[in-house]
Amino acid sequence: MKILVCISNVPDTTTKVKFIEDSKKLDITGIQWVINPWDELSLTRALELKDEVANGIKSVTVVHVGPASSEPTIRKALAIGADDAIRVNAEPTDAYYVAAQIAEIIKNEKFDIILCGIESSDYNGSNVGGMIAEFLNISSVSAVSGLKFEGGQAIINREIDGGKEIVTVPTPFVAIVQKGIAKEPRIAAMRGIMMARTKPIKLVEPVSVDNLTEVINFEMPKPRAACKFVDPENPKQLAELLQNEAKII
Amino acid sequence: MSVLVFTENWDGKFKKLSFELISYASKVAEMLNTSSTVLSIGKIENGELEKLGKYGAKKVISVVSDGLTVLDNQAYTTVIAEIAQKEGAKVVILSNNNTGKALAPRISVKLKAGIGSGVSKLPLSVSPFIVYKRAFSGNAYANILIKSDVKILTLAQNSFDVVETSNAATIENISIQVDGSLVKTEIKDVQKQSGKILLTDADIVVSGGRGMKSSDNWKPILDLAELLGAATACSRPVSDEGWRPHEEHTGQTGKIIAPNLYFAIGISGATQHLAGVSSSKYIVAINSDKNAPIFESAQYGIVGDAQKVLPKLVEAIKEIKHK
Repeated sequence: MKILVCISNVPDTTTKVKFIEDSKKLDITGIQWVINPWDELSLTRALELKDEVANGIKSVTVVHVGPASSEPTIRKALAIGADDAIRVNAEPTDAYYVAAQIAEIIKNEKFDIILCGIESSDYNGSNVGGMIAEFLNISSVSAVSGLKFEGGQAIINREIDGGKEIVTVPTPFVAIVQKGIAKEPRIAAMRGIMMARTKPIKLVEPVSVDNLTEVINFEMPKPRAACKFVDPENPKQLAELLQNEAKII
Repeated sequence: MSVLVFTENWDGKFKKLSFELISYASKVAEMLNTSSTVLSIGKIENGELEKLGKYGAKKVISVVSDGLTVLDNQAYTTVIAEIAQKEGAKVVILSNNNTGKALAPRISVKLKAGIGSGVSKLPLSVSPFIVYKRAFSGNAYANILIKSDVKILTLAQNSFDVVETSNAATIENISIQVDGSLVKTEIKDVQKQSGKILLTDADIVVSGGRGMKSSDNWKPILDLAELLGAATACSRPVSDEGWRPHEEHTGQTGKIIAPNLYFAIGISGATQHLAGVSSSKYIVAINSDKNAPIFESAQYGIVGDAQKVLPKLVEAIKEIKHK
């Protein structure tokens, strides 16, 4: 069994984003790039599953669509424990484009389980995983908060409105993963960092696909009005503001 | 040509989320000089289906099929895409909830339709088709051009007001035979939390953070939530510590919510937390640290000890509600 984990390269989640060129582009000055948090959890779970020898997982591969500048993030994934990596040498212009590239990889090299984070923290789309599955005409399960094997079968927890379902689908499938899949992201140890240097990153040129969407520009959120402070000895004043001014209770 | 909106149902009933979607879709249809059609999958009483007309839908298509009792993303996608094509839908709208997120990208590929996910406003224009959505986890917004002929939108929950009209919809019942080999998802078990207000549905949310100091101190939060008919939530350290269940975690990696009123109690307001709650219409912060960043995002604040402030607040709200 082989697992493929799709990773995005995103600004560190504490970044105060700024835009340049008429707000068309992210200002990357000083940005620390990281593995998208949900992808990092997917990778962690994939490695945990591989660690349990009985699961029979031969390899965990990471795939990334992006330019050479994102290689440090791929190396991080290798340092955490992925066996090898594939980089599609292209700007990830939109989810459709990215999913088409990854689907192409999977057509050429068979993977049994494909893990994608439920969204990337930059475009917040939640699209790539489902799109890959549709391109390949295979099952997808979304909002996955648990994945394990029992008797060779993948047992998947998926979140539904107000609860959870335990489901199974045959392999190959795409699991679109959210919080809960792994407790904490695995951190690279010194040995892993050393080993990552020699692990292979296979370079693949993109197939020709038109993107369907494009960013016109970015806007900053409207600043909120200054906070009105209420005397802690007199919370009644807050109750009155909520009733009479905000009119929400 | 039409605007097609898909809504799931919850044990045969629709809820506010469905009505928001249809209200939104009907406005988008107006912008395109066309009408909106609702697609429902599953066995629903006619009276319940008729309700959907009130929010502006001209037609309701109700699909019943034995093959579609389980949410299998592949099978549902096939049916929704087929109906979209049959109806000549130019825009297909789903919720940005778990089901919508699972289906929209698949439909996008099937119809080669560009997707605007988690939109929170009407399109800026329909020709060219430009939508406004959250980006960088709420630290920014993006205007996105959708270039394909057919467009797919997923609407962020609680971002669009329900609009009631005097409209009535025609109802078309369709029974579809779904190829059994297409349905591969098998449900082994379902665990539902019953009787609780869903965090993503709630108009008011009362949320506690590390400043609450221990799971034993949660009573005032639960009291306030009960009084207001609110859902309860928490910040990440709280769910990581196991003080509250993971389902309550709101923030970047947890649930993204947009209630009318969000109480952040003992929550400092880290970027990652705000990413999950910054779309709330009003934020009330109660924190003992007057420099906590949460006060920059809040409209109302109290600097003080939540254990002392909350019981007084509960009493005060009881008093004004009884007036």
